[in-house]
Amino acid sequence: MTTEVTYEPEADRIMNVALGPQHPGAGHFRIQLWLDGDYVVKAEPDPGYVHRGEEKMCEYRNYIQNVPHLERPVILDSSNILFPYALAVDELMGNKVPPRGQYLRVIMSEINRIISHMYFLGIMGMFVGHTTMTTWGMGDRDFWIDIAERIGGARVTFAYIIPGGVRNDMPEGLKERALKTCDWFEKRMDEYEKIFFKNPLYLERTENVGVLTAEDAVKYGATGTVLRASGVRKDVRKDEPYSAYEDFDFDIPVLNSGDSWARSYIALLEMRESVKIIRQAFKNMPQGQVRLKLGPQPRVPPGEVFARTEAARGEMSYHLISDGSPRPYRVKIGTPSFKNMRVLPHLLKGVHVADIPAIYWSLNYWPVEADR
Amino acid sequence: MSQQVAEPKRAKEIFASIQAVFPDAKLEYAKERRLKISVSPSSIRDVSKFVRDKLGFDHISMVSGVDWIAKNQFEIVYFVETSLKPGFEDFVLAISERIPRDNPSAPSLIDIWPGADYHERETHEMFGINFEGHPTTKYFLLPEDWNDIPPLRKDFISPGR
Amino acid sequence: MVEVQKTGTFQVLVGKLNEVLQEYIGDPVRYLANWGRLYSLWPVHLETACCSVELGAAAGSRFDMERFGALEAFGSLRACDLLIVTGTVTRKLAPRLKLIYDQMAEPRWVIAMGACAITGGLYFDSYNVLRGIDDIIPVDVYVPGCPPRAEALLQGLVLLQEKIRRLPSLKGV
Ligand code: SF4
Repeated sequence: MTTEVTYEPEADRIMNVALGPQHPGAGHFRIQLWLDGDYVVKAEPDPGYVHRGEEKMCEYRNYIQNVPHLERPVILDSSNILFPYALAVDELMGNKVPPRGQYLRVIMSEINRIISHMYFLGIMGMFVGHTTMTTWGMGDRDFWIDIAERIGGARVTFAYIIPGGVRNDMPEGLKERALKTCDWFEKRMDEYEKIFFKNPLYLERTENVGVLTAEDAVKYGATGTVLRASGVRKDVRKDEPYSAYEDFDFDIPVLNSGDSWARSYIALLEMRESVKIIRQAFKNMPQGQVRLKLGPQPRVPPGEVFARTEAARGEMSYHLISDGSPRPYRVKIGTPSFKNMRVLPHLLKGVHVADIPAIYWSLNYWPVEADR
Repeated sequence: MSQQVAEPKRAKEIFASIQAVFPDAKLEYAKERRLKISVSPSSIRDVSKFVRDKLGFDHISMVSGVDWIAKNQFEIVYFVETSLKPGFEDFVLAISERIPRDNPSAPSLIDIWPGADYHERETHEMFGINFEGHPTTKYFLLPEDWNDIPPLRKDFISPGR
Repeated sequence: MVEVQKTGTFQVLVGKLNEVLQEYIGDPVRYLANWGRLYSLWPVHLETACCSVELGAAAGSRFDMERFGALEAFGSLRACDLLIVTGTVTRKLAPRLKLIYDQMAEPRWVIAMGACAITGGLYFDSYNVLRGIDDIIPVDVYVPGCPPRAEALLQGLVLLQEKIRRLPSLKGV
């Protein structure tokens, strides 16, 4: 007796799976996956679960009213999304921000970079099953939040960097406390390196996983940590020193391997540089005013600007058009997560399903920021 | 921002080299670190290829759309940077094109800058601009059942207003 | 027709027994069940917008939500009984939120966290945002703020536990 062996048709072997939006490994985001067994054949991001129409809302509010809602898309990094907006409005109005204001902007921006990177490392630990890093990341973040809270008055949404300078001066006695935190944090970062980054299990899960070559990174328009982990030296802080960044002595860390490990490790290196900048800024802080008096409804002359800064995740850019009325004519926010999203389908092609979290989160993708 | 007052020499140079090949390119503004040119939709592909291959602007930053309702036009702006050209790290080139509002259609540039892919998808759904040659017109950020006019057009009024 | 005597000794006895059962056995059972539910709240892992950062902080080591008996669950949402809606619900997410709520097993509770989940908050004039989630799912506790501090979320959690403690029936609804 013979039994006929039938094979499934090729097309039926491919399974379509949706990762998210309710999935521990996806956040407010969905990835459509086409799987062949354990391998990803094709992946397609499906964002838009947090699209709130910020750009339309900007057209209904005046330049000062726009400040609070513009920082919501990237609440982890709220000063860095306001920074280019403030620069754009300053450029249109011809504001000369006082030096103390510039320094405070830099301090807040760097503190926010640390807060954001700590969150990133915490979740990275969660995704690869390294609970120690999760609790450390979430817990140690709060020491920096405390300092930012004493400057900005809120835990995460400071609305601190505004057109014309910063909202208020820093309180007395903050400098000592911040420098103490810097000392402590520098020692702490060595521990992260030992316990997390040099952990054999973590290395196993992330080394040579999701390798992005420098060529592809440039081709797909990646920015920030993703680009620098692939060996491209590009950082707006150095390339185009805005605010007071030309006064500080710091490096741009660049790694060459372009894998998930490099993309996460570069966050640690950047935090070291941020601590350096914060120290210098507190030490050399000039005296004087922190902002210009603009009034509640500043008149912005007609014009068009493109302003960019380096946020925690990469280049944050604004295209702002004013037609002379109290409200902006058009505000386009180019967020780093949106720019890095194009890399995701490229990296996920052909990987194991188990590698998806390590690749996805190493891009430091924050859906709210991408959707706006 | 003291550097911005300086004479925009580099911008002028770049504009001159573009205009030598494409005489219809118009200067919108030239600043120390920024240059915006506008070209016609029919020549934007050639200009972009030239800018990428000859001038080294290989890294796309973002694509923005503007609704000039009074002039009955849409404007599409591509912001490109360079990762190759030394000395131009701080330079951003903006290439814009204007298309009629009644029949909004423009060539897609995703084969020149693959990174423009999602930016063009977003501009498509936010303004209803049709990018010829773009493989998909699926909704990206908007819900799948969106059945109003594209939201970033000026004649779209938010329901809360 | 036989007339049933309502005041018979038998009925009185049954009634008394019922009362006794309810008071001295039924209530402790309900109390026990609620007490069990109280300290084993498993929130669904659903992040809807920026408030999730404060949920993350509350679950982190400084505020430590776990000491109140709530630990974020990374398993199936069928095993979860608490849905913390962390912020804005957009039109694209709304059907999914409803689906997630429907998939959860009873008894289930919902915390609306942040101004966005309560009324739409800052995004009241946005074209893609729901003005409050109580149109699609019932809400037990509202935690106002934008974003609420982690302490506020913990307070909301304690309020919810107070509510669960006083649940009138065993079924939990
Ligand atoms: S309430 Fe505020 S913080 Fe929370 S989701 Fe809404 S905008 Fe974001």
